[in-house]
Amino acid sequence: MPRRPIIENNRGYGWITDKVCGIVERKAPMWWWFAFVLAGMVASFTGIGLIILVSSGVGVWGLNSPVMWGWAIVNFVFWIGIGHAGTLISAILCLLRQKWRTSINRAAEAMTIFAVACAGIFPLFHVGRVWFAWFLFPAHGYQAIWPNFRSPLEWDVFAVSTYGTVSVLFWYMGMIPDLATIRDRCQMVYEKRLPEATSKLAVAFEKFFFGFRKLFYGLLSMGWRGSNRHWSNYEMAYLILAGISTPLVLSVHTVVSFDFAIANLPGWHTTIFPPYFVAGAIFSGFGMVLTLMLPLRSVFGLQDLITQYHVDCMTKICLATGSMVGYAYGMEFFIAWYSSNPYEGFAFVNRAFGQYSWAYWIMISCNVISPQFFWFKSIRSNLGIVWILSIFINIGMWFERFVITVTSLANDFLPSSWGYYSPTMVDIMTFFGTFGFFSVLFLLFIRFLPLLAFGEIKALGVPESDVHAHDDH
Amino acid sequence: MSKSYGILGIFDTPKAVYAAAKKVRDAGYKNWDCITPFPIHGLDDAMGLKRSKVPVFTFIGGITGFCTGMTIAFIMGQLNYPLIVGGKPYFDFVFPFPIAYELTILLGAFGTLGGMFILNRLPMHYHPVMNYDKFRRLTDDQFAIVIETDDPNFDEASTTSFLEGLGALEVTMVSGEESV
Repeated sequence: MPRRPIIENNRGYGWITDKVCGIVERKAPMWWWFAFVLAGMVASFTGIGLIILVSSGVGVWGLNSPVMWGWAIVNFVFWIGIGHAGTLISAILCLLRQKWRTSINRAAEAMTIFAVACAGIFPLFHVGRVWFAWFLFPAHGYQAIWPNFRSPLEWDVFAVSTYGTVSVLFWYMGMIPDLATIRDRCQMVYEKRLPEATSKLAVAFEKFFFGFRKLFYGLLSMGWRGSNRHWSNYEMAYLILAGISTPLVLSVHTVVSFDFAIANLPGWHTTIFPPYFVAGAIFSGFGMVLTLMLPLRSVFGLQDLITQYHVDCMTKICLATGSMVGYAYGMEFFIAWYSSNPYEGFAFVNRAFGQYSWAYWIMISCNVISPQFFWFKSIRSNLGIVWILSIFINIGMWFERFVITVTSLANDFLPSSWGYYSPTMVDIMTFFGTFGFFSVLFLLFIRFLPLLAFGEIKALGVPESDVHAHDDH
Repeated sequence: MSKSYGILGIFDTPKAVYAAAKKVRDAGYKNWDCITPFPIHGLDDAMGLKRSKVPVFTFIGGITGFCTGMTIAFIMGQLNYPLIVGGKPYFDFVFPFPIAYELTILLGAFGTLGGMFILNRLPMHYHPVMNYDKFRRLTDDQFAIVIETDDPNFDEASTTSFLEGLGALEVTMVSGEESV
């Protein structure tokens, strides 16, 4: 059986460059402005929520004894988890020589960075007095009070900030050659766009925009000129970054799971948490990649670059990781029974049949059942259904974090201290707004930076780039 | 054109530039380069380049990160602010491990990126090869070999005919003066 091509219709180098660069070189389409304004309005909900929080105190969230960790940690873990698919695609699939990653890695890495930015909001403001948030870092000196390195929460500070920083470095380094291509096309684009400007104002704008683009892409591309002596170092650096991002991405969600697993609470204190969290993170992240990439692919006409093959690969990863998550749910129950610990046993029976059973069954149906549809080729090739299932995955993974966090806290060892947690309007507004914040960042990315890693697509996706191949293939 | 940087030969397929690079290497040129829009697998060997030194920078960054993580946990926990938490020791090699691990990766990544920039002499605001009037094509869909004038084997006439003999579509002299 012949290997499936990564890009379809035998597209050449010039076509790929024009296609991807065209997205940032044409005028912004109407839908973009509409989406941008809408996203900005949604993002303002986070702003309002945070203003209420900072001016009144953390009491405006629905937190009360015994549930002191509510939506804030749920949303934090949800967004961090989404980021993991980007690093998986860019790092782990690079090491595994999965060539199909080149069509989606740039957008997935952007998604990672913006998701980490959204995630960071919650613990930052959960500290209550946000102006003291810098106490989290060992940058203190003041009164010689230092962070407690024995706490998993402090590990998390290092893990998440390292993750965000390294993701930005990796993303940026991957973009340098593509930015150089856009830089070199600036003059040509200007000459093409200038005659279309009819009024004086439009001409002035074109001139200003040309100057801005020259400066912006010129600075960001660092004077890259495609020298092979540079490529040699660049390729090595890229491989090493992939190599060190792999243990990084596995460690980040492991450390996030330690936030729970190090505590003694039934339902949290389990050794299955690190692998279970990492699998769930990748599951949710691929769900989000599908949610984002399927509309972009059709809006920008990228069907030759992001093909059915890519969708198949991504849905199969969703299927695999979704099944791992389902296995972990089952294994938790088994261990709760096998350990003969009455508290542990109660925690799990209570999850499935207690006061939060509605959340548990939403989680099970979205996370365990919905990815099983991806076994069928007819479902995988119906992109509308794939998109809807990817939304279910996002919903299910949010509920997973809700179930883990809230059910264990609400019903712990002593029935006298039990409670029922519900979020307040401020919780809901703050979380709702982060989707707008994420969308604003992602729309800006689409507008100004190369959406696909076209340098890599040319190197790996176009058959004639392989100088060692025989002509008869 | 008072001062020239070198002679540029243009090729339109990766295979052509790969085959040509081997011949340029075998002809004994030293100060020369290939300009390609994407990395061509195997071109490093064809050019006779040695293995990249970026890993050295990564290693230095990683070691620095690991030692920093352990050292801050020791100084802050053991010396500067000893506080009993959960009956655990002030310092041990186990609990600061996540910190040291993350800092290893963080500084290793900065070392890698920084090493790539240092070895490539980037950022560089200007390079003579960009004087080629169709330089845009070299980050798009064409490939070039440039042989510099300061190469010991360089001779304008013979190098030009050498590049033409390699099958270059176009052979052109690139000015060494900053024009922009």
